[in-house]
Amino acid sequence: MTLEGKDITFAYGKGAPVLDRVNISLSSGERVGLWAPSGRGKTTLCRLLAGYERPRKGQVLLEGRPLFPHEGPCPVQMVWQHPETVLDPLLPLGRSLEETGPADPGLLEQLHIRKEWLRRFPGELSGGELQRFCLARALQPATRFLLCDEITAMLDLVTQAQIWDFLLREAERRSLGLLVVSHSQPLLDRVCTRKISLKE
Amino acid sequence: MEPILEIQHLSISFHQYEKGFVQRELPVIRDLSLTLEPGEVTGVLGVSGSGKSLLAHALLDLLPYNSRREGTILFQGEPLTSQRIRKLRGKEIVLVPQGVTYLDPLMKVGPQLRKGRRDRGAREKVRSALARYGLKEAAADLYPFQLSGGMARRVLMASAVMDSPRLVIADEPTPGLDAKAASRLLGHFRELAAEGAAVLFITHDLELALAVAHRVAVFYAGETVEIARASDFPEGRLRHPFTQALWDALPQGAFRAIPGAQPYSGEVKEGCPFLARCPHPGNGCGQGELSLVPWNEGMVRCLYPHGEVMA
Repeated sequence: MTLEGKDITFAYGKGAPVLDRVNISLSSGERVGLWAPSGRGKTTLCRLLAGYERPRKGQVLLEGRPLFPHEGPCPVQMVWQHPETVLDPLLPLGRSLEETGPADPGLLEQLHIRKEWLRRFPGELSGGELQRFCLARALQPATRFLLCDEITAMLDLVTQAQIWDFLLREAERRSLGLLVVSHSQPLLDRVCTRKISLKE
Repeated sequence: MEPILEIQHLSISFHQYEKGFVQRELPVIRDLSLTLEPGEVTGVLGVSGSGKSLLAHALLDLLPYNSRREGTILFQGEPLTSQRIRKLRGKEIVLVPQGVTYLDPLMKVGPQLRKGRRDRGAREKVRSALARYGLKEAAADLYPFQLSGGMARRVLMASAVMDSPRLVIADEPTPGLDAKAASRLLGHFRELAAEGAAVLFITHDLELALAVAHRVAVFYAGETVEIARASDFPEGRLRHPFTQALWDALPQGAFRAIPGAQPYSGEVKEGCPFLARCPHPGNGCGQGELSLVPWNEGMVRCLYPHGEVMA
């Protein structure tokens, strides 16, 4: 399966284009590293591929067909840099998890999510613990592509290694396509099968 | 040479209400000992929640009212009491904080650096402090919101060096800086040390700590588990299994994860807080209090450092 961004041009409001005719393609089983200096539209590109924004020009294609508008669980999911900002602070974490359907107990176990955490609120857990919930939520059965936007940038080294250890095994097992955004070249070298950079 | 700062058996705990009127003491830093020499950059490395920022707050007497401090802190040989800190901080003991939010948003840079002084000497000092970090005189006339992230960082550095400090405490001073700007900032800290100050560099970033510090103190669950030279890391001479785990988790290294997570404050009542994750636990690890002892030209709090039985 292939996810493609074709000739994507995008601007916020009346501003200058953040992305100008960008092409990107990602196949199942591939792990592509995306690198660029701050402010070059890495996060914006992920948002477009996951359907949070619509491009001004160009298209997001899955197997050659336009992906959006899409009904039902989206095969392209995104995990964000700051998990505390994408979980409803007033919902117990178990409820947030169910936003994408019932949680797979095996998945929770592999992510070392403790049962009692499901009743807790986001403010009561650490960033590393919350990021595990975000991964569990994004890895619903219909997910084929995962966009990882600096998902371990604010975590300590050991937690970072724990999360990637899980994610690499899961991606392998389900033949997921991963787009990995990071400032850390060593991390990209380690986890990706190829790297691309966004030029001006 | 006389050390600038000697911390001896420092413990910090918080007094909290649990349910109703049930109270408890929550230990957050236990038995911390650290000596800072002039001319040396000491890194304090720990994951979030390990108590490393509290150390900075304790040294500046900024701990909240419900905290209790035990142990001794000597600054240039004399006890550092609350009264003495108040006289010294901002002058001989300075903090370089995380970012622009530590500047007063309603005050221009110049008056902020002068800290209320209006004489010509103070103005001259502001000019030279700004110039030292490549900022023009005009920067003194800007409000914090007009500064870029990198400029704000340099203003904070300039603010710290207004009165030739003896002890510089930097608390995560580089987040959000690109590699080039960060390495320039690290150079500034090395420079201050070369001028005879002691620098305490607090960070969660191992690579950063190794790039700037001569020695690194590693925090885990409120305890210093190891004090190592920066060169011990690449040379495979680490003493504590947690330090080794950090080094092994680097993506450019083994990228290996150990299971589990750091315990919450107060969760481990006895023995080594790293025991549940330790790859080679032994007899006695779960009992009593472990102390920080010299080992192989460094310090370690482990009964079986580097997998060996302690003599």
